[in-house]
Amino acid sequence: MEANGHEHVIEVTDLRRVYGGGFEAVRGISFSVRRGEIFALLGTNGAGKTSTVELLEGLAAPAGGRVRVLGHDPYTDRAAVRPRTGVMLQEGGFPSELTVAETARMWAGCVSGARPPAEVLALVGLESKGDVRVKQLSGGQRRRLDLALALLGDPEVLFLDEPTTGLDAEGRRDTWELVSALRAAGTTVLLTTHYLEEAEQLADRLAIMHDGRIAATGTPAEVTATQPSRITFELPEGYFVGDLPPLAELGVTGHETDGRIIRLRTRELQRAATGLLVWAERTGVELRRLDVRSASLEEAFLGIAKAVSGGKTAQTTKEYAA
Amino acid sequence: MSATNTEAPAARAPKAAATTPVSRMAALARAELTLLGRSKGALVAGLFVPLVLPVSVRSAAEEMDLAEAGLTIGTLVLPAAIGFSLLFAVYSTLVGVFVVRREELVLKRLRTGELRDTEILAGSAMPAAATGLLQCLLLTAGCAVLLDLSAPSAPHLAVLGLLLGLVMCAALAAATSGFTRTGESAQVTPMPLLLVSMIGSGMFVPLELLPDKVASVCELLPLTPVVTLVRGGWTGDLSAYEALGAVATAVAWTAVAVFAVRRWFRWEPRR
Repeated sequence: MEANGHEHVIEVTDLRRVYGGGFEAVRGISFSVRRGEIFALLGTNGAGKTSTVELLEGLAAPAGGRVRVLGHDPYTDRAAVRPRTGVMLQEGGFPSELTVAETARMWAGCVSGARPPAEVLALVGLESKGDVRVKQLSGGQRRRLDLALALLGDPEVLFLDEPTTGLDAEGRRDTWELVSALRAAGTTVLLTTHYLEEAEQLADRLAIMHDGRIAATGTPAEVTATQPSRITFELPEGYFVGDLPPLAELGVTGHETDGRIIRLRTRELQRAATGLLVWAERTGVELRRLDVRSASLEEAFLGIAKAVSGGKTAQTTKEYAA
Repeated sequence: MSATNTEAPAARAPKAAATTPVSRMAALARAELTLLGRSKGALVAGLFVPLVLPVSVRSAAEEMDLAEAGLTIGTLVLPAAIGFSLLFAVYSTLVGVFVVRREELVLKRLRTGELRDTEILAGSAMPAAATGLLQCLLLTAGCAVLLDLSAPSAPHLAVLGLLLGLVMCAALAAATSGFTRTGESAQVTPMPLLLVSMIGSGMFVPLELLPDKVASVCELLPLTPVVTLVRGGWTGDLSAYEALGAVATAVAWTAVAVFAVRRWFRWEPRR
């Protein structure tokens, strides 16, 4: 359990999930989450995030591999795990004809050491909605109700499956603040999201899933560091890639052309950009639509999706090594 | 929304009030009772129908030779009324409850918490079962007053039949919900059992008035032992052997239903 002085609250080893029809949604993934950490599973729709989280929540038995939450198997040892976890499913799951207060009261009756329902409703800003039926709530309000109920028992481990989908920008920021405060109080959080900004803002560590596998994992900085920075611009008529100064000498590791658009990849952004701009100044060329950006999680994310889906874009984009 | 007063560790250390199976089921049952009161369909099917249908049994009874079967209007109508109550207020209402909760992802959400699977099923079933029980008591009182029904000769058989019927109908409802895809089809999938029971379980026509061969098949239907035990409880002419056979039939159907639930019950919608 102990590694680097930290207790691993969630341990996943070689986990696999296969659905009835034979579809393999999770194809052998491993990761662990330390106590007090926010871990994000990032991926496009269908990457296997929810399928994975459901196994961690103990809603289904894995087809292979092992899950341990707080040292127990969450599927076979429900009674030991459930009083210590809080779960927010991807979609509600509350009777539409109950009011918010009735829903919270029902759930509080099923949670050991539950806080007063009104207190958690206030935490997510639903204190004035107690008498409203669940069916009359907006999508964002339903998400916040779900979050409130996940927090009722002050869980040690919190599973949040797309906690901010359907929220407006303000609601999303409020949720981020709340989750950050929970971490500060020592709660371990595993969340899934397809918002890169959310993972960047919240996650101590993350894993990018694609096609049921983990394509990259680490801190946001580590995952980002695996990606090159990019410079994109449009060359005017009459100029070609060959007219640029030798790219390798500028620290450019690769380039693509797409009509008149040139994309350069580099791990030395300042040197490459300076070299390019100095050349443009000297030759009097205007680099239209110039875009210089350092590697971001988005680049990493798109890079992974592209690397795996292969040459689908090859017809429109010619790619060369510099 | 204030993010500063989460106070998680302080409140966390001792789990002050741990839930128990009873407290969890009570919380769930209370919510389900509220929902039952808000569902018009369940109110009509559960409250109105079982109180009205016995009247039609009564008019049918006037054309029968009840004396030949050793029955009175009261001992024909009361078991039928209790049968209707079990079928409509309990069985068919609960098929709808289980299906709708599944489709709303309520069952899935409940399974993420501390409730065990059997607690979820039992807690959800409780309000409908309690409604059914209350109805049966009201119907008994009504029959006693309106149809000159005398006191039961073997009340324990009637009580046993009623309790077996409640458990069996709840289990059969859970089993049926496994084969029901949507809330709309939950109006249809209970029909086979409703029809078979009304025709073959001695509700309209006592088995004693049927040909022997047909009667011996009808004895094996799920609701027949309930009707038999309740009727026997009043007439008192049920032999120990017959009573035991009825109990065994009801227990066997309950066991079949429990097996079907374990095998086919669905906790979430089909993907």
